[in-house]
Amino acid sequence: MAIEFKPSPSLPPPVRSVGAVAWVRQNLLSSPLNVFLTLFSVYILYLIIPPVVEWGIINASFDGESKADCTGSGACWSFIGVYFDQFMYGLYPSEETWRINLALIILVILIGVFAVKTVNKLYLSLVIILAYPIVAYFLFAGGVFGLEVVETSLWGGLFLTTLLGVVGIVTSFPLGVLLALGRQSNMPIAKSVCIVFIETIRAVPLITILFMASVMIPLFLPEGMNFNKLLRVLIGITLFSSAYMAEVIRGGLQAIPKGQYEAADASGLSYWQSMILVILPQALKLVIPGIVNTFIGLFKDTTLVYIVGMFDLLGRIQAATHDSNWLGTTMEGYAFAGFIYWAACFGMSRYSMRIERKLETGHKRN
Amino acid sequence: MSEKTTSSNKSFLNDAANRALIFQIVLLAIVVFVGYYLFSNLQANLADQGISTGFAFLNQPAGFPVLIHLIDYTEADTYGRAFAVALINTLVISLMGIVLATIIGVIMGLARLSSNWLVARLATVYIETLRNIPLLLQMFFWYFAVLAALPIPKNSIILGDFFLNKRGVYSPNPVTQDGFGLVIAGFVFSIIAAIALIVWAKKRQTRTGLWFPAYWSSLGMIVVITVLALVISGFPIEFELPQKSRFNVTGGMVLPPEFVAVLIALSTYTGAFIAEIVRAGILSVSWGQTEAARSLGLKDSLTQRLIVLPQALRVIIPPLTSQFLNLTKNSSLGAAIAYPELVAVVMGTTLNQTGQAIESIGLCMLVYGTLSLTISLFMNWYNKKMSLAER
Repeated sequence: MAIEFKPSPSLPPPVRSVGAVAWVRQNLLSSPLNVFLTLFSVYILYLIIPPVVEWGIINASFDGESKADCTGSGACWSFIGVYFDQFMYGLYPSEETWRINLALIILVILIGVFAVKTVNKLYLSLVIILAYPIVAYFLFAGGVFGLEVVETSLWGGLFLTTLLGVVGIVTSFPLGVLLALGRQSNMPIAKSVCIVFIETIRAVPLITILFMASVMIPLFLPEGMNFNKLLRVLIGITLFSSAYMAEVIRGGLQAIPKGQYEAADASGLSYWQSMILVILPQALKLVIPGIVNTFIGLFKDTTLVYIVGMFDLLGRIQAATHDSNWLGTTMEGYAFAGFIYWAACFGMSRYSMRIERKLETGHKRN
Repeated sequence: MSEKTTSSNKSFLNDAANRALIFQIVLLAIVVFVGYYLFSNLQANLADQGISTGFAFLNQPAGFPVLIHLIDYTEADTYGRAFAVALINTLVISLMGIVLATIIGVIMGLARLSSNWLVARLATVYIETLRNIPLLLQMFFWYFAVLAALPIPKNSIILGDFFLNKRGVYSPNPVTQDGFGLVIAGFVFSIIAAIALIVWAKKRQTRTGLWFPAYWSSLGMIVVITVLALVISGFPIEFELPQKSRFNVTGGMVLPPEFVAVLIALSTYTGAFIAEIVRAGILSVSWGQTEAARSLGLKDSLTQRLIVLPQALRVIIPPLTSQFLNLTKNSSLGAAIAYPELVAVVMGTTLNQTGQAIESIGLCMLVYGTLSLTISLFMNWYNKKMSLAER
């Protein structure tokens, strides 16, 4: 008679090795040192979070016309509300701010059209690069089609910050490509001109370049010829970022295997043909994350224009906190500015990481 | 023969070398012409404004105060002296910033790799927050929002012998007495002896394979000899403590709020970048190296010191160099909160008072250029020393 073997049902795993308990044991309390570190971290969180929440939310006041209306002991967020337009557009006349919004909407639509498959991307890029800036310029500055003229000295806030960053990066791109190609070329004079330019710019802080742009450019120009401060600062920013851009692009050029250069030569392509058709498309694809990082750096660096007397987002906040109706609101202003800069830069860096993963094909030495 | 000559006639521009030559001559001509054009405009403009070029202004009395000066300086001193004061301020803040940022960076980089979930998260939040907010905003935050919100001297915050108020941080000031020379001599002697011991231990280990705990014993030697010298000379050091009177705090060493704000902002900001570099460097050493070291029987501390660290350093040093350079250049942002460094004193006040734009800006660019070059030369030397000795 066969005995049927019936195993007793298996026991559930010990409570210490599954679920939340196990996770806590492994990740927070795995050794005496870790127990100490966990307690220490909790203490730091205890020091930071409750006061910040109390200040920013619980005791905060959200409406009012001046500091006196903020009765709570915490933050006075109505300050941001009252000054919001200035933080966004600077001193741009409030009945004209639709022009900035319109330019932004057009840009978003144009970029959105990229997703449509049937559109010729080359023409679209040309429209964005060549036609859009002209339209945007006339929208911002006015003077045509009955648009009221708005002096560039009134431009400010986040609008100016974005303008400086975007124009700086877009104009420095072609310059950076030329400098990178020059630095890689085997023509001694062209090469040394590029190296001297790139290394000089990279050795000095942006502030000196901005001072140079605002103080020295007028000295170098013939009498009577002068252009406005915004343009001078833009020239400074462009020269500055083109040197960094050149180094990023050089990295891409160096990563392309020599065989590609030789193959292009062997196909009988001229220098420019081989660069434009073979090398640059591959090299630029490799350095997109680097370009985004340069842009993030430039976006943060645009705050320095405040030192030469232009009022970007940070400049406007700095000015607003000196309003006698709103004394003692520096913390709120910096928190707001910090949040905007953080969101923009963090978003862009995540985006560049995603592109990096997406483009990770070929050319990677193992 | 004739065919060849015609083809060579035709092909003068077809030859890449000739084209390159022509292109470069044109480029050089443009550079020279633009340079000459700008220079002649400059001379005409300067002559119009009645500004004489040259560095003679450095010998004129400056007539403005510089709030933070480590060497003697009064308003009667020259612009040259003001420049030296500013240069020292820039050097001090950069050097202290580099040291602090490296310490913060290493701690935060290691913390982000910690197996403790909470610690790693906190470090990540720290890094991602500070990296993505402009440095100038952070400096303003520390200066205008935090340090300016400290109480007036009458109500100073007291932490032991330290006082915190609107005017800065007051700390005990060490004052040396007679006989301190002996302590210094003892300290210097012990360091020389320690270096000799380490060199001897290394040589002996290469020769015989015998190991000697040179680092611990030399550390002990330095401590023992210095303390001994202190005891023999009868503790020739006193701390001048800051005193709080009814309305003010006097005495002690004062760190002005401008200095504190710039230092905190620079070191925490750059520290966040260094943390990422340290993390990437350590992750770049493959886990197999650690396993191999363990299977050879090395202790964990030795594995880190002899196997992981030297390999990680090779990856860390080049980007670290550029962070040091960035920190030095970023110290110029101190100008925005009136820390009297190079840009504030030379390109700000001096330029405004004398109108010597070219000289002032040129001088600043020269100093930053020299600093950049010095740091990168030093780090290149260190990098070479640490790099793989390939056969």
